[in-house]
Amino acid sequence: MLLTKSDVVNILDDIVKIVEDNRQYLTELDAAIGDADHGINLDRGFKAVRDKMPQFSDKDIGAILKNVGMVLVSTVGGASGPLYGTFFMRMGNVVSGKNTLDENDIIAMFEAGLSGIKERGKAQAGDKTMIDAMEPALNELKRALSEGRGLKEAIEAAANDAYNGVLMTKDIAAKKGRASYLGERSIGHQDPGATSAYLMIKTVADYVDKLQQ
Amino acid sequence: MVGIVIVSHSKKVADGLYELADQMTGGKIRIGRSGGTKDGRLGTNVDEIVEEIKKCESGDGVLILVDLGSSVMSAQMALEFLDEEYAGKVEIADAPLVEGTIAASVEASIGSDILKVKEVAEAAKNLVKI
Repeated sequence: MLLTKSDVVNILDDIVKIVEDNRQYLTELDAAIGDADHGINLDRGFKAVRDKMPQFSDKDIGAILKNVGMVLVSTVGGASGPLYGTFFMRMGNVVSGKNTLDENDIIAMFEAGLSGIKERGKAQAGDKTMIDAMEPALNELKRALSEGRGLKEAIEAAANDAYNGVLMTKDIAAKKGRASYLGERSIGHQDPGATSAYLMIKTVADYVDKLQQ
Repeated sequence: MVGIVIVSHSKKVADGLYELADQMTGGKIRIGRSGGTKDGRLGTNVDEIVEEIKKCESGDGVLILVDLGSSVMSAQMALEFLDEEYAGKVEIADAPLVEGTIAASVEASIGSDILKVKEVAEAAKNLVKI
């Protein structure tokens, strides 16, 4: 199954909406262990993506994703700006010049984006960050696709594992970001970054699901 | 002379620290600052950091002083966005923002090179106050 450029633009539109809808929720999660701005910051960033989209939506998928990353970097303001900005820019790099994406492209993008986040934030799985949603999702996506399951089913499974990763962040102490100042006291709280990462993966899963109906 | 760029989540912190460092050095060196987001929230702004680095580079390099969290990542991204001509000339100090900025500014104003200025900024971590 292929995703086209217009699918990518539609998914980005859906992500703008999901971030807007969860602005308050993400900010409340962040208020418990961070600086209470995750939802507000991401919403600013993705609204700017929506506003600037007409300037680059006719380019190839790689260029679109790189532009999205640049907009996030220059508008978000908090740590999620450089992190998600790097994620989208690195994804864009591996699909430079493409107008459609196959399953291998999607895996390569996700891998490049995640390793960009790890480099940028110097974090790894278990640090109570967005990586705790992304890494299990990527592993499950790869596993499901290698077993020959279709993209729809594989992304759905990936989103489920991302959600389990989010729930797991409640049981661990933060080692990165503002929450790390709380140390053990951050246990019991769900990580806002992992939550936003899950919401985005779920958005992709829901879109692919609709596409195949 | 080495230039200094102050990066903080808060515009007031960046402006106030600029004021202190500029007074200490009597306007002898270029000091830039970026605090807060474009739309006036607390946060950091990669584009502005890039512009400030360019304004403060006079040939001897620029040292960036940062506060916390996204300041570090935004400064690192700014370095990646700079053109080739800046490669190897801009450094980020692993230093406390206020003490490091004052120490680095004074060191830069006596003509030290970027590595020495960075070393002095980072040594500010060990400053004993009482």
